[in-house]
Amino acid sequence: MTNSIVAPALNLLKRFEWQKNIIYIGFVAVFILFAVTLGDSGFTNPNNLLNIFRQVATISIMAVAMTFVIAAAEIDLSIGSIAGLASVVTAMTLNTFGLIPGILAGLLVGVIAGAISGGLVAWLKVPSFLVTLGMLGLVVGIARWITASAPVPIADMTYVAIFGGGDFGPIPGLLVWALVAVVLGAVVMNKTKFGRHVRATGGNLVAAGYTGVNTAKVKFTVLLMSGVFAALAGMLYAGRLQSGRFQWGTGDELSVIAAVILGGTSLFGGRGQVIGTLFGALFVGLINNGLILAGLDVSQQQVVRGAIIILAVALSRKK
Amino acid sequence: MSQATVNAVQMQGIEKSFGSNPVLKKVDFSVKVGEVHALAGENGAGKSTLMKILQGVYTKDAGTISVAGVPVEITDTFDARKAGVGMVFQEFSLIPTLTVAQNIYLTNEPTKFGLISDSKAKEMAAELFEQMQVVVDPSSTVENLPTALWQLTEIAKALAQDAKVLIMDEPTASLAKHEAEALFDLIVRLKAKGIAIIYISHRMDEVYRIADRITVLRDGVRVLTESLAQVTPVQIVEAIVGRTSAAHLVHLDRSSKISREIVLEVENLSSGTKLVDVSFSVQKGEILGLAGLMGSGRTELLNTIFGVAKANTGTIRINGKQVKISSPREAIKNRIALIPEDRRSQGLVLDHPVTENLTLPVIDSLKSRGFLSTKKILQKSLEIIQQFAIKAAQPSIRVGALSGGNQQKVVIGKWLATDPSILMMDEPTAGVDIGTKSEILDLVRAIADSGKSVILSSSELPELLAVSDRILVLKDGKVLTSLQRNEIPNEEFLQLAIQGAQK
Repeated sequence: MTNSIVAPALNLLKRFEWQKNIIYIGFVAVFILFAVTLGDSGFTNPNNLLNIFRQVATISIMAVAMTFVIAAAEIDLSIGSIAGLASVVTAMTLNTFGLIPGILAGLLVGVIAGAISGGLVAWLKVPSFLVTLGMLGLVVGIARWITASAPVPIADMTYVAIFGGGDFGPIPGLLVWALVAVVLGAVVMNKTKFGRHVRATGGNLVAAGYTGVNTAKVKFTVLLMSGVFAALAGMLYAGRLQSGRFQWGTGDELSVIAAVILGGTSLFGGRGQVIGTLFGALFVGLINNGLILAGLDVSQQQVVRGAIIILAVALSRKK
Repeated sequence: MSQATVNAVQMQGIEKSFGSNPVLKKVDFSVKVGEVHALAGENGAGKSTLMKILQGVYTKDAGTISVAGVPVEITDTFDARKAGVGMVFQEFSLIPTLTVAQNIYLTNEPTKFGLISDSKAKEMAAELFEQMQVVVDPSSTVENLPTALWQLTEIAKALAQDAKVLIMDEPTASLAKHEAEALFDLIVRLKAKGIAIIYISHRMDEVYRIADRITVLRDGVRVLTESLAQVTPVQIVEAIVGRTSAAHLVHLDRSSKISREIVLEVENLSSGTKLVDVSFSVQKGEILGLAGLMGSGRTELLNTIFGVAKANTGTIRINGKQVKISSPREAIKNRIALIPEDRRSQGLVLDHPVTENLTLPVIDSLKSRGFLSTKKILQKSLEIIQQFAIKAAQPSIRVGALSGGNQQKVVIGKWLATDPSILMMDEPTAGVDIGTKSEILDLVRAIADSGKSVILSSSELPELLAVSDRILVLKDGKVLTSLQRNEIPNEEFLQLAIQGAQK
């Protein structure tokens, strides 16, 4: 009668959604690997672990919005530069007009950039890859222009405390921001019409349209959202590093996309896993941290990170 | 006399033009509550335009529509759904990454405390399937379901939206026989519930089996609306084609065109469990029909000869010489061509122009000074277009814009450009209208007349009987029998042979 036990177990294995859950297995495996091999270098030290969270917080926030973008079968390459521009605009406005105008100005950067990209993609049907590639250059150009490529220091300590510099007891403020974004993202993705319609749009555009989903509005909204989340990430960079700088966020789009894909969201649209994305981001942070502790230099880290992205995309095609 | 039953849908005086090209001319069409109304016509006759107007994909230029006696103005798909028009698409319209229940209630999601509730959707879907008396797991992801269940999901989705009329466009095209049977049973139950069904199909036997009335469109004009009890298949075909003989389905004796020379000889060919010990031969200029039920091994046989599927044992001889074919490239080198069943995914690059599709297999011969010559490509294309009477506005139009029949001609033309000596075709007339079908069958005869051998696999017996010189009947991967055409008195005889019921 072993059959009656083996058959359901096999069935379960067959039904196990490899691509959807690989990240959790990968995360645990790499964590254990590092804990064993790098334990002596301080990997398991609570401070080091909190550091990993702190480092991936901004990536996670952008990745939550990117999960929606990719689930809708679009892409946003401009998030790193939007973060940079938002950091300098916030810093400049903050220094001249005060806290609230500073915060609003930063968010406005995301709203404007996201709305332009979203509008072009949704209604003029320009591929998001091209629109946001153009937006990437445009935004970073503006950031350098208005600051003459110089950093803008932030002296407002209230701002610094709210946006990433402070702690809530033992918990870093950045971590709180990231967790709020993830929880909100997960609920919206799985439990609201909007999330469902995002996945429908990415899963089969024509069918979604025929069923009554306003696919143009969905595309506009995900890109708008991505812009705003990127601006928020830039403002957190500004708070943590107490300055606005056009370089903040540069290149983050690659880590963010990697986190999303690693988390089980398909680059081909229709799937979106916000919790998976968080673990994807943590996974990237874990690898970075481990590689540093293992004594690899920046260039070697880049090679390993590149290899991970390729591996992730390859696995996301596996059925 | 007063009408006892209400019309579920009534379309009157519908007109539609694209540019200066009128597609529908004052078409009247109505479906009664609980009626299955077949809609037939060649491709381009206007039936899909009429249905798209009813679904709100196109807007009509003139005419009125009422649903359940209420006049409605349908300007988009949303209006149509609100009015109670549901569509079961020919090209499926579900979101593959969502579950069955999520698809059924897409845009209509049940909520709990303001958030959508998947468990509630699942319950409601399960209830719906129970009413339909079909078994589908509402929580499985659509992409993991077999196609037959996709269709049931679409029907459930339409019912969940409270559809009063369902449009089914070639619903059995991708179904196996028993799945089609299950669908017919479901249609009967839906009828009993008062759902009206518009049934678009090229298959006459299905139409007779389940439809109450039929309407035929030709060139945008309604030419026939009649109860099926009062109309013969010949009358329907005449209405569709507009000529008074169905000459294409008459067998023409070609024995004088077949030479004794054996071109292809297959001996004891086996491939997995799909193909067991198959032996046969084909003569020069002969058209060999392959008959058999779904899963009888027809497609597998063609694929194995062509090197797509792997042969475990067996020998293939071409012109008496033994050859080893383990890839399509080797098959092509041996002058064998295969026109696959699914031309859209396997035979054509839909987004590319007709010229590029036609010349792809022979592109190496169309160079000038080492580079591809646009002039030579165009010349060669025009040659083929003319030879096969392909109806394309210009040679540079994308293939996807052509009608199904013309796409099929492009595929045939493309492979004939390689000058094969053996042409194999898998369901060459699937999904094409009856006029194009007759042209394709004429084309097959002409190809064989020119000294090539043709192996044609088809599930449509009248077509096989019309064009084959000999028919090989397969069952469960084995050759059941080989029949000369003149040994087959009628379709029933062949049907019995296929079922293996012949003594």
